[in-house]
Amino acid sequence: MNDSKQNLWGDLVFRGLTATFAAGIALLFIALLAELWHESRPAIDQFGFSFLTSHEWNPVTVKFGALIPIVGTLVSTILALLFAVPLSLGIALFLAELAPHWLRAPFGTAIELLAAIPSIVYGMWGLFVLSPLLADHVQPWLQKFSGGLPFFAGPTMGIGMLTAGLVLTLMIIPFIASVSRDVFLMVPTHLKEAAYGMGCTTWEVVRDIMIPYGKKGIAGAVFLGMGRALGETMAVTFVIGNAYHLSWSLFAPGNSIASTLANEFTEADGTVYLASLIELGLVLFLITFIVLGLAQIWLRKGQSGGGR
Amino acid sequence: MNIIFRRRVVNSLVLGLSGLAAAFGLFMLTWILGDVAIKGAGAINWQFFTELPAPPGMEGGGLANAIVGTLLMTGTAALIAVPFGVLAGTYLAEFGYNTVLGRIARFISDILVSAPSIVIGVFVYLVMVKPMHNFSGWAGACSLAIIMLPVVSRTTEEMLKLVAPEMREAALALGAPYWKMMTGVIYRAASTGIFTGVILAVARVAGETAPLLFTALNSPYWMHSMNEPMANLTVVLFNYAMSPYDDWHRLAWGAALLITMAVLVLNILTRLLLSRKRRTS
Repeated sequence: MNDSKQNLWGDLVFRGLTATFAAGIALLFIALLAELWHESRPAIDQFGFSFLTSHEWNPVTVKFGALIPIVGTLVSTILALLFAVPLSLGIALFLAELAPHWLRAPFGTAIELLAAIPSIVYGMWGLFVLSPLLADHVQPWLQKFSGGLPFFAGPTMGIGMLTAGLVLTLMIIPFIASVSRDVFLMVPTHLKEAAYGMGCTTWEVVRDIMIPYGKKGIAGAVFLGMGRALGETMAVTFVIGNAYHLSWSLFAPGNSIASTLANEFTEADGTVYLASLIELGLVLFLITFIVLGLAQIWLRKGQSGGGR
Repeated sequence: MNIIFRRRVVNSLVLGLSGLAAAFGLFMLTWILGDVAIKGAGAINWQFFTELPAPPGMEGGGLANAIVGTLLMTGTAALIAVPFGVLAGTYLAEFGYNTVLGRIARFISDILVSAPSIVIGVFVYLVMVKPMHNFSGWAGACSLAIIMLPVVSRTTEEMLKLVAPEMREAALALGAPYWKMMTGVIYRAASTGIFTGVILAVARVAGETAPLLFTALNSPYWMHSMNEPMANLTVVLFNYAMSPYDDWHRLAWGAALLITMAVLVLNILTRLLLSRKRRTS
């Protein structure tokens, strides 16, 4: 009798303990948001909504606006997605459908290892290897053959928005590719075989069966990669150039939210300066929260039901 | 005839492009790893592991304090995050499949896994560094722990779910209470998997720089306690790579090689553990 009572208590304590720690994760998240909000109040009170639309970032006159870092974050992310989505889908297709069976596991591991390389190593490689290459060979060539497009104007320094976008491309390929491969692999074999049996080519099966079937999962994979690119710090800090001006040219140096934080946070003197940086962090956190939240919702739906 | 020919051409074209994309991925991996290996190998010597950094412009010097600092902070972070994460993961797998708390904690874990690590650095700066008025190894360890936490909790959940239901039934049929079934049977059955999750989490934070920039900061000296700014490989790499000195660039490549090797070895280890587990179970 006594024994079973003890067990009952034991179970309750065990359940309560695990629930406390699970709640701890949620509380941590709330504390993070609350703290960022609370500490950025001086900046929010002073600049209000214009913080998001002003392009002035001047510690001397204590005027801060986040437009340039926000634009830089978005432009570098969009550039990365432009390159990474087609490449990743190609890789996913290769891994799920085309590669011989013995090659699939090792090749998949190799692609996933791209995600394991620390971001600071990507940044260093981008600065010392990729950007000289771009400055000496790729950028002059682009300038010559683009016929004076504003996107490719200005001095070819090698660091800037384009380089940041390219390094981010490499970093998010493994995420998008491996999740989309899993999505492709979940397409039921009988659907694919029915299409093959009707005489479809492999590409037609991909286009008309696999992509429509897995579209939510693929959208989730793309948003996962986007969330990664938005918040990436070290790799971008190395190659984006850290300059506060807006330019149409992708060769021009810029700034992202994360690189601004990395460069200026420890040097920020004065309440409003620090609060403005924290508000930048809050903005970044909210954007990635929305993007990653959407990714999770789509990935779950893609996993549970599939199809349309 | 014409349309069949066109379909074939389009098909080969797309498949060719897909193969090219895959080759590109492999090429970039070998290119980056090759560069890191070649440029880093020159810096790795006995001094690199045993000496303190030399003042700017001076020849030689090593990163001994940074290596110890990284190990200390990563280890401390694991000590904080593993019990927390395993217990939270247990709730997610055992009790929280469909409860409100379970759904919220799972959703937030999945987001925190990919959340920008620099914001976590800002958060730890605000709650630890600012009130205590100094940068410290503890603050660095805490921000790494926050990054490890969701990785540990989600892998624990997945691994517990993989344990065969017969094991639970057998334990419960013998009259074991739930907590005893968990501690005596289920955790043991899932131990390899949970361990894999821990290694994965360590690999995830071993190369992290952003959350340490405003928490552990950096230091050119040996640490006396975790209460002071602490040298670590990634922040040293960042500072050295951004410096104008060739000798520091060389050391930075060495640090890059060391970190990359460590992270890759840990990653490959988790894969081996998982594939062996799959074969035996």
